[in-house]
Amino acid sequence: MKATPRVSRPVSWPRLLLHILLILIVVCFMGVFLLLPLATVFVEALRSGVHAFMQAIAQREALSSMRLTLFVAAIAVPLNLIFGVAAAWAMTRFEFRGKALLGTFIDLPFSVSPVISGLLYVLLFGAQGWFGPWLDQHGVRIIFAVPSLVLVTIFITLPFVARELIPLMQAQGSDEEEAARVLGASAWQMFFRVTLPNIRWALLYGVLLCKARAMGEFGAVSVVSGHIRGLTTTMPREVEMRYNEYDYVGAFAVASLLALLALLTLAVKTLLEWRYGDQIAQHTPAGH
Amino acid sequence: MTLLLSHLSRHFTDAAALDDVSLAIAPGEFLALLGSSGSGKTTLLRILAGLDYPQTGSVTWGGHDLLNMNARERKVGLVFQHYALFRHLTVTENIAFGLRVRPRHARPARAEISARVEKLLKRVQLEGYGKRFPAQLSGGQRQRVALARALAVEPELLLLDEPFGALDAQVRIALRRWLRNLHEELGLTTVFVTHDQEEALELADRVAVMNRGRIEQVGTPEAIYQQPATPFVCEFIGKVNKFELRREQDRLICGALELGADPWARRYDRAVAYIRPEHLALSASGWKAHLRHIYLAGSVAHLELALDASEQIIEVDVPSEDLLQMSLQPGAELYVEARTATVFPLLDAPGEAKPEDRRVLKPHQRA
Repeated sequence: MKATPRVSRPVSWPRLLLHILLILIVVCFMGVFLLLPLATVFVEALRSGVHAFMQAIAQREALSSMRLTLFVAAIAVPLNLIFGVAAAWAMTRFEFRGKALLGTFIDLPFSVSPVISGLLYVLLFGAQGWFGPWLDQHGVRIIFAVPSLVLVTIFITLPFVARELIPLMQAQGSDEEEAARVLGASAWQMFFRVTLPNIRWALLYGVLLCKARAMGEFGAVSVVSGHIRGLTTTMPREVEMRYNEYDYVGAFAVASLLALLALLTLAVKTLLEWRYGDQIAQHTPAGH
Repeated sequence: MTLLLSHLSRHFTDAAALDDVSLAIAPGEFLALLGSSGSGKTTLLRILAGLDYPQTGSVTWGGHDLLNMNARERKVGLVFQHYALFRHLTVTENIAFGLRVRPRHARPARAEISARVEKLLKRVQLEGYGKRFPAQLSGGQRQRVALARALAVEPELLLLDEPFGALDAQVRIALRRWLRNLHEELGLTTVFVTHDQEEALELADRVAVMNRGRIEQVGTPEAIYQQPATPFVCEFIGKVNKFELRREQDRLICGALELGADPWARRYDRAVAYIRPEHLALSASGWKAHLRHIYLAGSVAHLELALDASEQIIEVDVPSEDLLQMSLQPGAELYVEARTATVFPLLDAPGEAKPEDRRVLKPHQRA
């Protein structure tokens, strides 16, 4: 093999300096704002040793907050998956009056502060709210109970799946679906054999984002939960409560678990990207 | 089984895509729907495929109401303009799709499906490509996979939407002839949509020229080219020189140019005449003109002339060999004779003509 000389533009020293400077800025930024805080969480959690850490997360309240967080996510995420697919379908496959309005509504949870979102639910279902007295009469408790946590989490995470799918489905168009119909596929066959395989990666990203937010949501949950330890306290709330009680090891231990869950999500996403990278490239419109 | 379309209308919110379209398609026929974008040709095709429905009108096929049938009952194969292959499935899976989605009692056995796919791969000359994904194929190959997929369900009516639109010129011509052979071999009824008149005239048994949701003319390629029925068809098909005419006593004139006697017995005051470049010839007498440009295009030379009498620019086609002998230069003075001109009377409303009063004039016919 003949070695081909590498041709590159000669770099003058002020230019080189600029390169180095820009790289340094990015590295410092990443370090200070991303890596350092993340590392702190784990360092603080393990400050008093592994034993203290284990003790902190084995407490009844910690375990119940974990259960609650996973429980809420397990309801909110599948519901938003179904809603997201249906909404993206409606937005990209049909022309109808009020389509722009629907798009705005899907984005609403992004633009409204989570605290306000929580307040809205209190106003609807609280003791003095619109439906509060009626619900009270029938013995249904929503606010300051688990149902309210599920409701606000669904509200907060509503846009994630739909927003991930809409641009993709728009770019892919409906040709393949129409082809399936003409070839005799039923509506369900078309959905499961053509639509779903084409959007699976975007759907997965949407679900992962949705899950991360569902588990990490603090503001809205804080408003409706009523701070009943062991009953309506999710992991982010548990972290705050322990922190306020000067239980730093406990707070950081629970926080590190939350961070671990997030890292796990990232790892799964990266693994899938690495494993199915070629397929993902095929499924994005640019690669087609 | 004759495919009978009668009085189809389809209105979208802003415009009419189909406006009272009627058409009979004979079994085994190869029909082209020719028109520019927005002419309604694709809407018509989608209605036949069951992807769109007309607001009024009916489609029957051998007496059965096609509009009331679902896609499976229609026995229709559709090839999309951009192929619409299932990108997550291999070539084999794409072709087998229409068979695999059938309900169990109508679904062929696994072995039969793969035998049929193999046969189709052979037919579209893609043996050995079964395991590839659409992204790994060239445009022409994708096109043939799309065709095989449509043929797998054994349709009696094959619909093609701009089948060659996305291919480069050489592949296009080869595939065209191949498709025509396939059509004859399988005895299908084929309807294809195109904006390419050359393609339509070369391939089809009959051509339906569409404009603004209406069918302007249906006929053999020869009839469409030689006897265009409406001003639109004159202007849309081939090249044409257009003359706006005025009636003066019993003569039709354009500026100081005379095209012939008024064929309508003074019923109309204005008319429009169309003369194809090949129906004009250089001669010793006739209309005086000056040569502006010569565009040599192989065997034919296109001459751009300015007519002295009407100050109009026209195009005349002459064989390149004849041109060589004349050794013409731009600016040269010439005489042009028109063999045939197609004229339509114009009504008062701008752009409106009466196709039924179409006449053919022979401006320079010697007695």
